[in-house]
Amino acid sequence: MSAEDFGFLLALLLNGASIGLMYALIALGFVLVYKATDAINFAQGEFVMMAGLVAAAVLGPDGTWLIVAILVTLAVMIGFGFGLERVVLRPLLGRPVVAVIMATIGLAAMLRGLTPIVFGSATQGVPLPIGDEPIEIGPASLPPIQVLGAVVAILFFLAFSWFFKKSRMGVAMRAVADNQQVAQAMGINVERYFAIAWAMTGVVSALGGIIWGSMLGVDIQLALVGLKVFPVVILGGLDSIGGALLGGVIVGVVESLAAGYLDPYVGGGTKDFAPYVLMILVLMVRPYGIFGRRQIERV
Amino acid sequence: MLSINNIEVVYDRVILVLRGVSIDVHDGAITTLLGANGAGKTTTLKAISGVLRSERGEVTKGTIHFGERRIDGMRANEVTRLGLAQVFEGRRVFEHLTTEENLIAGGHVQSGGAVKQGIDMVYTYFPRLRERRSQQAGYLSGGEQQMLAIGRALMSRPRIVLLDEPSLGLAPRLVEEIFGIVGRLVKQEKLSVLLVEQNAAMALAVARHGYVMENGRIVLEGPADKLRDNSDVKEFYLGLNEGGARKSYHDTKHYKRRKRWLH
Repeated sequence: MSAEDFGFLLALLLNGASIGLMYALIALGFVLVYKATDAINFAQGEFVMMAGLVAAAVLGPDGTWLIVAILVTLAVMIGFGFGLERVVLRPLLGRPVVAVIMATIGLAAMLRGLTPIVFGSATQGVPLPIGDEPIEIGPASLPPIQVLGAVVAILFFLAFSWFFKKSRMGVAMRAVADNQQVAQAMGINVERYFAIAWAMTGVVSALGGIIWGSMLGVDIQLALVGLKVFPVVILGGLDSIGGALLGGVIVGVVESLAAGYLDPYVGGGTKDFAPYVLMILVLMVRPYGIFGRRQIERV
Repeated sequence: MLSINNIEVVYDRVILVLRGVSIDVHDGAITTLLGANGAGKTTTLKAISGVLRSERGEVTKGTIHFGERRIDGMRANEVTRLGLAQVFEGRRVFEHLTTEENLIAGGHVQSGGAVKQGIDMVYTYFPRLRERRSQQAGYLSGGEQQMLAIGRALMSRPRIVLLDEPSLGLAPRLVEEIFGIVGRLVKQEKLSVLLVEQNAAMALAVARHGYVMENGRIVLEGPADKLRDNSDVKEFYLGLNEGGARKSYHDTKHYKRRKRWLH
């Protein structure tokens, strides 16, 4: 392999990893809800879209009110998470998981239908004061937004790992995920922890919406990044935070390599399905994902 | 301290599982509730602790008082805050949490300092748990899981513990070890225990007072030593013949003796 080829590979890897970390950030929202409440949130992409729209609306075309926009987006998404749990999901407690899944699918359709009425359907920008000058890392030159996204994602992963391992609230949340009835008998208010999980998803979605919105522009299409969540979490394991991180990076890298090496031969488009092929292969070998929680069986 | 007065429990609004059950749990002692499978023992415990609600069950008649407070109809997490803890049948540890994290979750209603003290106390009573502190609870042995389930319940600093079949699936020597520790807890921590057991001999040996349950009703009650001498209890729960000798399957005539309490 010549030095040039090696540089090309390295550039693809770095580019893929940084995009992958941004996928992982969104997947994190999905994992948080699944871990605590066993609910599969099919509206994760719509959460991100909504956050992006709110951020764009407050920020305006000049991007003057950056701090305000971030705070407002966070507040709106946290409120949205709490409200959603209270109004839609709590009445479904104790019902089959399918009921909750259907509710989130309905919610996704509703958000896609309603948000253009409120925010308009034109593509809007989320201008962040980070410039356009590509950042050179070795042989790769990455757009600054990708670097920012990767850094934010890593920070969030560290924070959440700490939260679930070391804080009493995080341990209680894992207890709820493990066995709701027993957790309640330990004095844990299960419903409150469900609400907290949805609010945390709101926080992750807010950040995801600002970053992805800034990179792609915000309109209804932004919800499509939510679809990438599925190969990510299935690769990593539905309930594993570390798995979401690794799954995100794998999906990003596979996309990037497919685009770099396969597209020239077939004319393009391989990056859109390569992650799903990998997902199916992994499911054959490890049905609970790379880091997913195994059912513990003592014999 | 805990008094259950004439309660009726209905599942799914139609299935009547408990009828007129009354039980008094004495302070600082073990009270035991005996009975065969399906008699309604576990349902009674769940009615007290409040977890019945998450199984679509409901106390439809009667009252449950914990001290002065009426607790029937309260949510399980609120009952726990008042100082009542339940150890579930079949251990039910948080499998994916470590031993110590199980204890931390058990002390949810306590302050941070009290949780540290509580963990030390549990390790003093169950030294084996200290050795397993950072191991995932799902991989502990059955006896260790039972110890963890009891220790986890102690973390909320309860005044009363509902203990559901701690002997289930454990070797006799372990059962004895665990009952020994429970006895010490009652003495040293001034705990009151409502013990549900199928192992009647063991339960009546440690309890001060006992109740016998059949088909959702209390059919017999009395001081534990009186119950031990009761001929029906001997025959049906202790496996002894009227003379007190161990019954052997060789010389059993298979006629069905009526239980006297049924009339």
